[in-house]
Amino acid sequence: MTRTGISVKRITAWRRRPWAGYAVVLAALAAIAGIYAGFSPQTDSAEAANNTQAAADLQNGQQLFNKNCASCHGLRGEGTKDAKGNPLAPSLLGVGAASVDFQVATGRMPAMNPGAQMPRKEPIPEFNTQIKTDYHDPEKRAQAEKQKAQAEKNIADLREYVASMGGGPPVPTKEQVGDPQKGDAALGGKLFRTNCAQCHNFTGQGGALTGGKYAPPLSKSDVTPTQIYEAMLTGPQAMPVFNDTTLTEKDKQAIIAYVVQSREEPNPGGNGLGRIGPVSEGLAGWLIGMGLLVLAAMWITAKKPKKLKKS
Amino acid sequence: MSEATAPKAAAPKAVDAPLTFLDERLGSTTFFKRNVKKVFPDHWSFMLGEIALYSFIILLLTGTFLTLWFQPSMHETVYEGSYEPLRGVKMSQAYASTLHITFDVRGGLLMRQIHHWAAILFMASICAHMLRVFFTGAYRKPREINWLIGIVLFTLGMLEGLFGYSLPDDLLSGTGLRITQGVLESLPLVGTYGYMFLFGGEFPEGMNGELIPRLFTLHILLLPGIFLALITAHMMIMWHQKHTAMPVKNQTEEQVYGYPFYPVFMAKTGAYFLFTFGVLALLGAFAQINPIWQFGPYDPGAISSGSQPDWYMGVLEGSLRIMPNWEITAWGHTLSLNVLIPALGPLGIIFTGAALWPFLERWVTGDNRSHHVNDRPRNAPVRTGVGMAAVTFYGLLWLAGANDVIAERFHVSLFATTWFFRVTVIIGPILAYIITKRVCLGLQRSDANVIGHGVESGIIVASPDGRFSERHEPAREEERITILSKENARPEAPATDANGIPAPGTKGPLGVLRSRLQRAWTFDDIAVEEHEHGNGHEGHELEAGKSDKELRH
Repeated sequence: MTRTGISVKRITAWRRRPWAGYAVVLAALAAIAGIYAGFSPQTDSAEAANNTQAAADLQNGQQLFNKNCASCHGLRGEGTKDAKGNPLAPSLLGVGAASVDFQVATGRMPAMNPGAQMPRKEPIPEFNTQIKTDYHDPEKRAQAEKQKAQAEKNIADLREYVASMGGGPPVPTKEQVGDPQKGDAALGGKLFRTNCAQCHNFTGQGGALTGGKYAPPLSKSDVTPTQIYEAMLTGPQAMPVFNDTTLTEKDKQAIIAYVVQSREEPNPGGNGLGRIGPVSEGLAGWLIGMGLLVLAAMWITAKKPKKLKKS
Repeated sequence: MSEATAPKAAAPKAVDAPLTFLDERLGSTTFFKRNVKKVFPDHWSFMLGEIALYSFIILLLTGTFLTLWFQPSMHETVYEGSYEPLRGVKMSQAYASTLHITFDVRGGLLMRQIHHWAAILFMASICAHMLRVFFTGAYRKPREINWLIGIVLFTLGMLEGLFGYSLPDDLLSGTGLRITQGVLESLPLVGTYGYMFLFGGEFPEGMNGELIPRLFTLHILLLPGIFLALITAHMMIMWHQKHTAMPVKNQTEEQVYGYPFYPVFMAKTGAYFLFTFGVLALLGAFAQINPIWQFGPYDPGAISSGSQPDWYMGVLEGSLRIMPNWEITAWGHTLSLNVLIPALGPLGIIFTGAALWPFLERWVTGDNRSHHVNDRPRNAPVRTGVGMAAVTFYGLLWLAGANDVIAERFHVSLFATTWFFRVTVIIGPILAYIITKRVCLGLQRSDANVIGHGVESGIIVASPDGRFSERHEPAREEERITILSKENARPEAPATDANGIPAPGTKGPLGVLRSRLQRAWTFDDIAVEEHEHGNGHEGHELEAGKSDKELRH
């Protein structure tokens, strides 16, 4: 009894101390924190690891940017101008990830030399995701696959870094791009003729524009559906922007379906002659048609009858 | 040739009886007897015109096939045929029926392609044939009328082609019709009326889709009828006047040297028809032409880059492309020189020039004789130079019509090509004239050398005193005859006679112009003639006895 009385007394005594209220609040907070920690697994340590990874990616993106882009676009992506104030390279603030993905994955950026228009070319090794990986030698294959994965990561890091400077359209998802084989090619053809053919030609063979610029051909299979989507979204170089109010997602998918399906379609009439219309037809008519007939005429007139019956 | 009348061994009754039947009613034997032995000279370039004739026959046959399914109607329909990518698209019946011919009619695509290739070759061969006739002077008296018919045929061929490729009502041909509208409207005073008259209202539909049916009637009825008439006239005149011939051995102005129509030339020309048909079938089977399903139906709101017409309209396209944007506005009316000049200027110069040329040449040279033996191009340097200038002018404008394709394929700036053609279309013909004339004169000089000194034999001879010289031998007989076909320029008539009276035809400004032109035509002519031998030439001296014998005729 005494013992108990003592202990109860002691607790009671502590309870009345001036610091008791603070102690209880502190203990309750500690308990809540402990329970919370028990119930949510991905906290603190995981979060911290993620943050370091993202920071490292961003750092990688920044390094790639500084190395490959900053010399023209400026260290903060603000663009550069020549002495007269004419822009040398545009500002990248607000261009977004889709634009970076398009320009870098098609090899247009980093540009090799300034000109009327940056040509599509093989990307530099750091960004080249099109490298050959089907080697027989497993070691070589593993290395090529590693290099490819690194290039994909580099592009992703770079576009995240540029996107972090200021927003812009993100890279379209697989769902947005859709399956070109299932799209509405009839609608796409109509939209293509109205919006695209005036520069890219009926069948996407490309065409000349003013001042040394040109609309690149869409007829080669290395122009991927995602790149076509990105081009419509961001309007690279001389191309206008076709945002979602001009051409809805469904319209864009239809256009991609038309481009992909028509370039895969065989020519029912024989050789397509480059699918550029009457210029190559005229050339073929004169060179092959007239050429063969002139040869035939020469052959026929060179034939002398062996013995012409005198009559 | 008279032996043909000799009675032959009696033919079998089965052959003889029908022949006698026909002969008694039509009297055709005499006609054939007179004509089947007609002699045709042999040269490959004489076959160029035949390509046009045979292409035309193939055009008629394939065209008839196409009319069996084609619907010349602009009424709107929704495509439900077998070409998947255009299913459910609204289009005119003309376009839909062309798709039907292409994808659902057996052999339809092949027929369409042969028809189109035949049109390309028809125009190309007329062009090549006219160049041959021009450069050999075959248009000279008495053949001026046939020359004019040829020019009319080529001009009408352009229209026929334009109407023909406009019929399917696809996006490309619609663009061509849009330009046709612009050209019609650019004509001063009558432009708008002419446009409304042809199109039956506003482009492209008119009041009730009149345009395509009208083009169809013109394309399959009126123009082919005119062609048939003109080609018949062309052939009959040619048959009557006989063919010109190249200056070869045995060929004179009085007598044609060659093979008789039956059996030799008939076999050759028959075989050549088969060749033409074969080449067209090859092209039609293996080279795709005018793939209208790729172009899509016509829509005034759409256009494609690289929109070009067929080749024979390319010269118009090119002149339109390089023309500066000039317009004059006066009294509230706009005169669109930017369309009017390219539409009428270049072809006006070329066709009018070509039509007037035989008469101009006759007036300048005063040569009123009939000619049946062709000139070698080098022997008429002014004519050849002018011809090459025209070819250059036409060729540059033609290329300019493809300037965007050139810019795109060869990675040059589009503006650079425009300026290149603007400059060269003026400088080029002048350069071509000068260069061609110098080349002709150089060839004349070399001919004179061959006749005067013989050809180098490649045999080096040492003379007794140790000198080396190359022996020259007279040219082969055939070569000599061809070279000597050159008619040397006659010495210029004195401007005034002994009494100071000007020569007839040299008075007045026209007379002065004429004598100046006549001088320009001949002043630098190099006489090609046989020299006296033994004129100090080493090689000849050594072989004097032998070569004299061979050279003297």
